[in-house]
Amino acid sequence: MTAPVATPLAAEPVFYLADEHAHAEGHSTMLGFWIYLMSDCLIFAILFATFGVLGGNYAAGPAPKDLFDLSLVAVNTGMLLMSSITYGFGMLQMQQGKVFGTQFWLLVTAVFGMCFIGIELYEFSHMIHEGATPQRSAFLSSFFTLVGTHGLHVTFGLVWLFTLVVQIGIKGLTSANRRRVMCLSMFWHFLDVVWIGVFTFVYLLGMLR
Amino acid sequence: MFDHIDLVKAVFGRLTLESLPLHEPIVVVTFIVVALGGAALLGVLTYFRLWGYLWKEWFTTVDHKRIGIMYMVLGIIMLLRGFSDAIMMRLQQAIAFNGSEGYLTAHHYDQVFTAHGVIMIFFVAMPMVTGLMNYVVPLQIGARDVSFPFLNNFSFWMTVGGAVLVMMSLFVGEFARTGWLAYPPLSNIGYSPDVGVDYYIWALQVAGVGTTLSGINLICTIVKMRAPGMTMMKMPVFTWTALCTNVLIVASFPVLTAVLALLSLDRYVGTNFFTNDFGGNPMMYVNLIWIWGHPEVYILILPAFGIFSEVTSTFSGKKLFGYTSMVYATVVITILSYLVWLHHFFTMGSGASVNSFFGITTMIISIPTGAKIFNWLFTMYRGRIRFDLPMMWTLAFMLTFVIGGMTGVLLAVPPADFVLHNSLFLVAHFHNVIIGGVLFGMFAGIAYWFPKAFGFKLDPFWGKLSFWFWVVGFYFAFMPLYALGLMGVTRRLRVFDDPSLQIWFIIAAFGAFLILLGIGSFLVQIYVSIRNREALRDVTGDPWQGRTLEWATSSPPPDYNFAFTPVVHELDAWHDMKRRGYERPLGGFKPIHMPSNTGTGIILAGLATAMGFGLIWYMWWLAAASFVAILAVAIGHTFNYHRDFDIPADHVAGVEAARSRALAAPGAHA
Repeated sequence: MTAPVATPLAAEPVFYLADEHAHAEGHSTMLGFWIYLMSDCLIFAILFATFGVLGGNYAAGPAPKDLFDLSLVAVNTGMLLMSSITYGFGMLQMQQGKVFGTQFWLLVTAVFGMCFIGIELYEFSHMIHEGATPQRSAFLSSFFTLVGTHGLHVTFGLVWLFTLVVQIGIKGLTSANRRRVMCLSMFWHFLDVVWIGVFTFVYLLGMLR
Repeated sequence: MFDHIDLVKAVFGRLTLESLPLHEPIVVVTFIVVALGGAALLGVLTYFRLWGYLWKEWFTTVDHKRIGIMYMVLGIIMLLRGFSDAIMMRLQQAIAFNGSEGYLTAHHYDQVFTAHGVIMIFFVAMPMVTGLMNYVVPLQIGARDVSFPFLNNFSFWMTVGGAVLVMMSLFVGEFARTGWLAYPPLSNIGYSPDVGVDYYIWALQVAGVGTTLSGINLICTIVKMRAPGMTMMKMPVFTWTALCTNVLIVASFPVLTAVLALLSLDRYVGTNFFTNDFGGNPMMYVNLIWIWGHPEVYILILPAFGIFSEVTSTFSGKKLFGYTSMVYATVVITILSYLVWLHHFFTMGSGASVNSFFGITTMIISIPTGAKIFNWLFTMYRGRIRFDLPMMWTLAFMLTFVIGGMTGVLLAVPPADFVLHNSLFLVAHFHNVIIGGVLFGMFAGIAYWFPKAFGFKLDPFWGKLSFWFWVVGFYFAFMPLYALGLMGVTRRLRVFDDPSLQIWFIIAAFGAFLILLGIGSFLVQIYVSIRNREALRDVTGDPWQGRTLEWATSSPPPDYNFAFTPVVHELDAWHDMKRRGYERPLGGFKPIHMPSNTGTGIILAGLATAMGFGLIWYMWWLAAASFVAILAVAIGHTFNYHRDFDIPADHVAGVEAARSRALAAPGAHA
């Protein structure tokens, strides 16, 4: 189509790289994990939306005011926020290349995370004991599903965290392990952000309904 | 809850001998045929000792090209199943007049139309789209593989897992009788207490994991692994549409996952999301599933648009007209696809303002789509058009899709939709765009890239036969449905009272029969092409005078795709290289870093399928055991830190030298 003379050409066009152009291992992991988190965020968005629509349908059953113990939830929120801070300490230790320090702070994070799960399970069992089961009303269905899905995520985060502590013990802070700690860090803080949404929209606004 | 522990029940859940559909002669005969065919296939594989080869070279592969081919094979196999359902429905509707009940019971017929929709969308169109993207995108951007090769293998096997569950429902238990989106309250446990809906849920959940992960994978690949010099606006159009499609996948499949999870909670735990009691709201489900469902149709059509763009430009011998507008049109469609979901249920009664908003956004989508049509027309204008098979499919698409698009705009008018909702007019419309758009696109893509994947062209005679049967068959099969829909005939009917309608259904059945011949010709085409592969051989790697980078390497491409990473200067990089006298490098090869094969993906997907089966049949031990095993295998996999190897420079040199000899052979450039 185009006449060759129509375009002024560089003297020696380069059409390929003479040296091997390998992508560093894990070059896309951070981006990929971010995108995964956003897709997970969408799942939470749907659960929030469902709660938004169905959250007022008590079906003549208990309402948030009858069920929620805000001081307990506040303590629980504190647990999760603390765990995010301690995870941050773990990251600082990792930046300095300290294996033991990283493991230590990860385990402290796990303790806070397990406290969070423990308190949540206590809250759930208490509610179910009072007859506020997930089957009782659409409000309770969406409440248990939203809060429970968050709790499940934290639980998987804990499994992942313990796995990583072991892997750091075996391999040290290799680039692969550092990447994994980074990913878990994003996951953990993401769950924190979701929890802020749960605390605000489910618990605080629920008490105002 | 458990008065006494019933051992059989504990082991088999609700699976009993009565679950096998032995009373349905059609299913029994199908089972016998499938069982004999399956046994014959397994026998052949064992006789020729192919199991080791398949396992090592295919099942465990992380090569995006092989995974792409496996996706296509899955799509074609499932097309046969989905089409069997289609022709059964056409036959039933053609004969169920004048008091005749036809040959399908209501119980069976309802499963058939549900399975047809589910299979065609999730296990035919999706695997084919994903397969083509998997195969072509890394080649078009000059990459060696995708960003996460292991994940790619895992995604494929999860898709297979979903397909296996759907196929299983044919012979063990039953499939859903709810229509392809399983609206509650019909799909709730009260009205569908059997396993059908559970098969539906778990097949889609297992496959959905694969789809989402493959979406993430391809986005990363396109964003991170483009060859040096390939800026976003120098990306081939197919890669652009693939990018937008994968963004849509990642931004919509989680919605499907969530809404199906809520439905399963309703069914398994007894929650009240979509019930009519205790504050539940079935319309929540309809809204949520269409928030996934509408983007889904663009997930399917955008890559097809990409294929038509590549084909039109290649076979017109010109660069694509309006590349920039094409890219922007694609992006605009991507965004708008989230703003139209309510047009699937204007009749919900959401009021004039809401319906107007969604009606208008729907009509607006036709603007970027129309822009695309004009771009293709102007690309052809004054081009030197070659009417090879891919171009024929493209022309058929342009004619057919415009009709489907116009009936779509018609349906977007809420008052018109109140008349046409759930009618055969709607059925005709979406088949018009999905067959005329997606399926024609897939056939164009297969004909276009087959020589790249296998090193020889597809036989043109049988291809053209298949083409004419499909296109003519399509019009015969679906134009009557438009007429019937305008007369007020609704979808999913099994028997009819009004004898004057019968002739339309007979014409439609004749169309389905022509399509059957089209599918048959397609299969013969593949067989004949393999038999005549020496005559159809292409050693140049560039049989169509292609313009993009996938044509720069050999056909089939070596494991590493490109011996040297290409450098891109312009859009249509390969055309630019040819024009400026590119010489293929013959020496100086370096070792190439590649990912190693792994069996973890297929094992994990197998376990996920087993878990789904356990959940469907209430075999709780199986579900729990598979779940624990999934965790164990996944964690075990993370302890493997050695996931790649180097292809030695000598080996690269050997492969490239073989190509040089092939290119120098007489007749290579015929």
